[in-house]
Amino acid sequence: MDLSSINPVVLIASLMVASTPILLAALGEMVVEKSGVLNLGVEGMMIVGAICGFAIAVETGSPTMGFVAAALGSALLSMIFAVLTQLFLSNQVATGLALTLFGLGLSSLLGQGYVGIKPPSTPKMDLGPLSDLPVLGRILFSHDLVVYFSLALVLAVWAFLKFTRAGLILRAVGESHDAAHALGYKVVAIRFAAIGFGGACAGLGGAYLSLVRVPQWTEGMTAGAGWIALAIVVFASWRAGRILLGAYLFGGVTVLQLNLQAAGAAIPVEYLSMSPYLITILVLVIMSSSRGRASLAAPASLGRSFHASS
Amino acid sequence: MIRLERRREPSRLWSYVTPVLAVIATMIAGGLMFAALGKDPFEVIRTIFWDPVLGEFAFYYRGQLLIKAGPLILIAIGLSLGFRAGIWNIGAEGQYIIGAICGAAVGLAFYPMDARWLIFPLMILAGAVGGFLWAMIPAILKTRFNTNEILVSLLLVYVAEQLLASMALGALRNPEGSGFPGSRNLRRYESSANTELFEGTGMHWGVVAAFIAVIFAYILLNRHMLGYQIRLTGQAPRAARFAGVRPNLLVVFCLGASGALAGLAGMFEVAGPAGQVSIDFNVGYGFTAIIVAFLGRLHPVGILLAGLLMALTYIGGEAAQSTLGLPAAAIQAFQGMLLFFLLAVDMLTNYRFRFGKREVA
Repeated sequence: MDLSSINPVVLIASLMVASTPILLAALGEMVVEKSGVLNLGVEGMMIVGAICGFAIAVETGSPTMGFVAAALGSALLSMIFAVLTQLFLSNQVATGLALTLFGLGLSSLLGQGYVGIKPPSTPKMDLGPLSDLPVLGRILFSHDLVVYFSLALVLAVWAFLKFTRAGLILRAVGESHDAAHALGYKVVAIRFAAIGFGGACAGLGGAYLSLVRVPQWTEGMTAGAGWIALAIVVFASWRAGRILLGAYLFGGVTVLQLNLQAAGAAIPVEYLSMSPYLITILVLVIMSSSRGRASLAAPASLGRSFHASS
Repeated sequence: MIRLERRREPSRLWSYVTPVLAVIATMIAGGLMFAALGKDPFEVIRTIFWDPVLGEFAFYYRGQLLIKAGPLILIAIGLSLGFRAGIWNIGAEGQYIIGAICGAAVGLAFYPMDARWLIFPLMILAGAVGGFLWAMIPAILKTRFNTNEILVSLLLVYVAEQLLASMALGALRNPEGSGFPGSRNLRRYESSANTELFEGTGMHWGVVAAFIAVIFAYILLNRHMLGYQIRLTGQAPRAARFAGVRPNLLVVFCLGASGALAGLAGMFEVAGPAGQVSIDFNVGYGFTAIIVAFLGRLHPVGILLAGLLMALTYIGGEAAQSTLGLPAAAIQAFQGMLLFFLLAVDMLTNYRFRFGKREVA
């Protein structure tokens, strides 16, 4: 094995790229869960976003249009979930699973003509002299717009939940939908908005996979990224800052194992490919075993159906 | 004005009607999807649901029906136990893979010994134990550390898939396979073959196991204390706690049982219809079984029927693929749609519509 072939600067730069899809999806899902809804369909929304973004980017030649289409497409898909769980009062776990199963099928249906095509490349941001800085320039200032957008979104979500009235209402709905309803807030409408936002974020994350990270379309290409995003929300105990930490941690593991594969490590490829999933499980165990804190952080109404009976 | 009112208890009538309603709604929505793909919707629906059972070449498809339905029913029966109690094992696909690997490994270890009476039962045992142990991971993490079993069981599917690839390329690879990935063919090895019991029916030992599982699940849920506790936990977790139900025991039992059944399904598949351990051995039965469990309303007999119907969509889908050029993914989307409609119409069993002004209580 030749460890010297792994360049730490490139490693960190690619870590940021590898983490972005999970970061976006996890942020969206956190907002959804803060409103008291558990949407297990992240994987399905991501992969539909991946193909929507890919197809539109290829057809129009514009990656920007692709990202917009991905966000819209996945938000639209998430509306199925919203209608079923909020209006038809279906079980959220089962409906989320249905969304994932349907999304996987729908995406491979949509993606038939797009296998083996190269998408238009997403341009890097031109940050002038900053990009020419040694080391830092390569790590921090050599990315595309979406990476910076995802970082800004972390900040925005944090500020929204912490400082704005709307954020407070969203959290109130998630903590006690009955109390929020009694205060006159439109629980169902607020949850619809949150679910739509989560869908759009997951779609962006998916499109980033197919347009930048890979960049190609293959069936089932998200390979569990949506599930890892769900785990990161738990890991982060529903806090925006920790989501960033969690996502970059897992991005780091992914990139590192890919680099080890390329460097010809003595461990078989299959076992290295397992590592992100195993580490996710390990982190979940650690987070949930420290009883109290993690379980207290979960929104109290998470996963419960709301029906205004009186 | 129309509003929803919660029923005191779920409607019996609607619980029978809703699955049928969902299937019909899916056929309509699916028909629209097929039309959007440029196919004649009536012809596609007929090819999927009619031809395999009563069409010209039905004799060929009928055998396939049981082959596909067997693993689906077997896995779904296990899942339904947990789903009833609010214990969500969604990693049946992983347990299915591990069951297949363990079963195949035992069979291959004895190659080329000639002792079917010993080897085949041992393989069945290994398959069940493999799936059981794989399901014990989320079960123990849940009971010991309160870790979410949904995420753990699902993430383990990806681990199992990598393990499968590693086995097909490494430890279990056919030494006489001139370097190609994949194990020896278990079906051609007398002692390990999961053969058809009656020529042309598709009836193999896995299907027999599925029928036995249906009967056992029915007895368990209706006549046994444990089954009662499972149902009680699902409907009123707090009441169950007061009634002395031990939640940890239920988690271990439900996950263990579903894991063992999924492992069995994997073992019967690898020794029979699939024949060998290969990279693309798993085809998503573990996930489709979730739909089967819900379509069967988590009832053993319902699951039996739902499994047959879902097997029909697989076979009909393949037929539509070859004769009408319908994309394979269309069937997958079709099955996903079915679950959506099921969940949507399920509201009718738990709620009722009230028309007119609400009266003051």
